[in-house]
Amino acid sequence: MLSVLTDNWKLFVDGFWTTIRLFLVAGVFSLVLGTALAGFRVSPVPALRGFGTGYVNILRNTPLTLVFAFLVFGAPKMQIELPSYFWSAVTALTIYTSAFICEVVRSGINTVAPGQSEAARAVGMTFLQVLRIVVLPQAFRAIVPPLTSVLIALLKNTTIAAGFSVAEAGAIPAVMAERGENQVLTLVWITIGFLIAIIPLVLLQRWAERRTAVA
Amino acid sequence: MSAVLYDVPGPRAKARNRIANVVVILLVLAAVGWVVYRLNASGQFESRRWIQFQYTSIQQQLLDGLLNTLKAAGLATVFALILGAVLAAARISDHKWVRVPATLVIELFRAIPLLILMFFFYYGNLQWQLGIGPFWDVVFGLTLYNGSVLAEIFRAGIAAVPKGQREASYALGLRKNQVVRLVLLPQAISAMLPAIVSQLVVLLKDTALGFIITYGELLYVAKQMGGRLQYGFPYIPTYMVVAVIYIGLCSLLSLLARYLEGRSRRRRKITGAPPPLPITDAGDATREIGLS
Repeated sequence: MLSVLTDNWKLFVDGFWTTIRLFLVAGVFSLVLGTALAGFRVSPVPALRGFGTGYVNILRNTPLTLVFAFLVFGAPKMQIELPSYFWSAVTALTIYTSAFICEVVRSGINTVAPGQSEAARAVGMTFLQVLRIVVLPQAFRAIVPPLTSVLIALLKNTTIAAGFSVAEAGAIPAVMAERGENQVLTLVWITIGFLIAIIPLVLLQRWAERRTAVA
Repeated sequence: MSAVLYDVPGPRAKARNRIANVVVILLVLAAVGWVVYRLNASGQFESRRWIQFQYTSIQQQLLDGLLNTLKAAGLATVFALILGAVLAAARISDHKWVRVPATLVIELFRAIPLLILMFFFYYGNLQWQLGIGPFWDVVFGLTLYNGSVLAEIFRAGIAAVPKGQREASYALGLRKNQVVRLVLLPQAISAMLPAIVSQLVVLLKDTALGFIITYGELLYVAKQMGGRLQYGFPYIPTYMVVAVIYIGLCSLLSLLARYLEGRSRRRRKITGAPPPLPITDAGDATREIGLS
């Protein structure tokens, strides 16, 4: 059983390395875009609120696979070329995940006591200052557990890139099929790989849950 | 609540907001305009790319794809609800040898990417000739994943019923089976209904993964229709049509979940039933994304 892994070590390492890269790059972009969207949704400008609401409602009801298909098969037909399949995957994952991050951040903003922002306003802070200096830092502390769940989902969702020509962990079985290796054992190793990748996130989640429970 | 973050606007702030509003609307219009321009410049609105939707055979293909999607989603929903109920029952068992394996199963299937779960059935079938087609790969994958998630939702619902009810039922001499079946479960299900329905949105969306393992669902049909040379590779028109169908279906389910949540919130005020999992809060977002 071990030989399946050791004989194809390079394939597994490359695959999971691409998975991790997809996860990290798309994760950072989604956090930035998702937080910005949450800011839109609580802003005093109605058009921004409407845009944020529309974005979240549409993306949350669209299958991620369809977002991928649009970007990988559709966009080139509009002569919009992304640098590579990897970046198409990052874009699709970011567009999709940021809608969910937006909702988590917004619920975090709701947990901050109203007195906090009232006090911030009383000392003359503008909306952006209230959000940036007072509300968001406290919101983020409260939402680490649900945020981690979204990131775990993102990590798992990277496998979908396998259907769209990105050689990440989810694409390993197809290559192994060509090499005539044992498919099911291959999948067992991929599963173990994902469990190993997810464990640090789960630990982070547990740790954050304990911390906020005490506070 | 957002009014907490900024003051009720005075005359200057009102003017500023109006300007910002106009600027944002112009920016959005410009972005939309650019996309429409690109679509038009690359000939996506040419009639030859749209003409195929007039043919009944093409419409029939789309309909078959939609039907396949709904078939997989429907069957997986039934199976997942059953599996979820069984796993939840095992998870709250008094016997350690039942509880621990059930917990492990739930955690395992929640941690494996759904596509990999489907691959297990797909490649397992190739390797051992199990005689199951892509339809069952999709259904089984969806069942295992969503069943585990639903089990946790059920458990959370049962845990949310006030402790006094359980104690009162035991005091009346009911056995555990009866307490769970007659007292806890009915309340848990009504409290968890919004969460269950939003998990079903996830399930419906995830059927689109069947595309990767050659199950002929909507997205798979769309890919084939988009690749037709005689209509000028109408990928974009087809995906637009398919997106409208998916978003419409899922939005309807989401609306149902929202309605159920509003209803149970109103009813809770009157009867003091256990609170539903917050659907617009973080819990919902994480559950919903968990799927695909």
